[in-house]
Amino acid sequence: MPLPAPDNQLLAASDADPVVLSLTVFVLACFIGYYVVWRVTPALHSPLMAVTNAISSVIIVGALIAAGATAQAQGIAISQILGFAAITLAAVNIFGGFVISQRMLGKFRKKPKQ
Amino acid sequence: MNGTLAALLYLTSSVCFILALRGLSSPESARRGNALGIFGMILAIGTTVAMPGMVSLPLIAVAVLLGGAIGTVIALRIQMTALPQLIAAFHSLVGAAAVLVAAAAFLHPAALGILGEHGIHTASLVEMAIGTAIGAITFTGSVVAFAKLQGLVTGAPLVFRGQHMINAGLAVACLALGMWFVVSQSPAAFWLVVASSLALGLLLIVPIGGADMPVVVSMLNSYSGWAASGIGFTLHNNLLIITGALVGSSGAILSYIMCKAMNRSIFNVIFGGFAVESGATPGAPREQRPVKIGNAEDAAFIMKNASSVIIVPGYGMAVAQAQHVLREMADQLKENGVNVRYAIHPVAGRMPGHMNVLLAEANVPYDEVAELEEINRDFAVTDVVYVIGANDITNPAARSDPKSPIFGMPVLDVEKAKTVLFVKRSLASGYAGIDNELFYRDNTMMLLGDAKKVTEELLKAL
Repeated sequence: MPLPAPDNQLLAASDADPVVLSLTVFVLACFIGYYVVWRVTPALHSPLMAVTNAISSVIIVGALIAAGATAQAQGIAISQILGFAAITLAAVNIFGGFVISQRMLGKFRKKPKQ
Repeated sequence: MNGTLAALLYLTSSVCFILALRGLSSPESARRGNALGIFGMILAIGTTVAMPGMVSLPLIAVAVLLGGAIGTVIALRIQMTALPQLIAAFHSLVGAAAVLVAAAAFLHPAALGILGEHGIHTASLVEMAIGTAIGAITFTGSVVAFAKLQGLVTGAPLVFRGQHMINAGLAVACLALGMWFVVSQSPAAFWLVVASSLALGLLLIVPIGGADMPVVVSMLNSYSGWAASGIGFTLHNNLLIITGALVGSSGAILSYIMCKAMNRSIFNVIFGGFAVESGATPGAPREQRPVKIGNAEDAAFIMKNASSVIIVPGYGMAVAQAQHVLREMADQLKENGVNVRYAIHPVAGRMPGHMNVLLAEANVPYDEVAELEEINRDFAVTDVVYVIGANDITNPAARSDPKSPIFGMPVLDVEKAKTVLFVKRSLASGYAGIDNELFYRDNTMMLLGDAKKVTEELLKAL
């Protein structure tokens, strides 16, 4: 969409390539991750790996779109089959990751008060 | 559901994930954090499924429930000692899923909204190539890590001539194929990128030894995050980008902490520098020096008369499954009025925090477990240190001998205690192939045997 140049200068940023916007989100999220993860207590580094493993399976969102949005007139497309496979793998991770971290966290107890 | 609402819900679930990680700053808040993580995931899946134009919902439900059932059963049944290989296996699934989603996007770009006038947008192609390559490396790398941790293949580093050249060549090929793919959009190029990345992941992890697995597992954790981010870029999905970045930086920080705890650079670990170094200083004739070897009764006597004991566990404890009997021993000591604590080195075990989980599993309260920096000064005022299944992380050579391969690595100063009880199967050197000076000290008593058996005998004698 061509913008009338002179008085819309300030809107230039929103006119940027979407990749730059994605990159902005990415870089800021890296910083959030950096500061949040440094505060994780070393004793919980194993649960941290399990939880990050579970949430990285949010890639299931991509798999759902691949499986569900590729509606075709006839039959199931290959991309849908790939999508279903990816959903299954990601689901193993999501359930497995959260269950194992819950199991681990359930074992961390304080000294009983005497 | 319209796009704006979906984007807002995705944002909410991103915040849930951030809070889930934030919760891990203390064991009390961690369980709430985990619940928030689960909520965030349900929200993410629900939002996606409720998008207009979604079809095949029953099949999707079947896939989710099938995968979910498999994951739940595995996670409920797994032994805590097998945790590192389980995590490695899970990482491989994220990698595989990333490759599958990228392939689906490539085969059917219109459905995923990345089709421009002249085929797929160039930017999407670049992102797709990166996401696919990282995903494939994560996949095979994690499979190798799993096989090593599970003992399916030898944990020893597999080094061969020209390894670095082959890896470098493969990396260059990967890059070139990626560029060819972006320019040509050819399916052949796509699958060649996948194939070369799969090979690269395999070859990268093969030369890394078992004891370096904490770094490898953290690194693969990081890769799985970057792969998710890469797919997020391809699909213009901020939730994937944010979550991937969180996971990626988390894994990177863990790798950094692990490397620092071994005083090595990440490159040194990845390129198998350690194996080369210790090979370069081949077996200096081991001098026969007197070693004090004790039995369970001697050890029990010393412990009973102590007022403070620090237990230093290592991978050997996990292998022998000695954590439960160890805790019983500690209970017995506490009944006798002995102050018992545990000291954990960051790289003890095969994954970050491995020892903490095993001790927690054996009902050791977490406030009795201290990290290296917290407890290192206390060894000097401690009566007895009980080293069980650990070796290199207690080696004083790391501080005193500049020629030692582990010089500079932070170690637990156990030799400063009045007495060191060292449980070990034999007098052989540790993984780094270095003699431990500690064995020959006057204040050290070796208890030779399996970690669990020795501790059981000790418990009986108490």
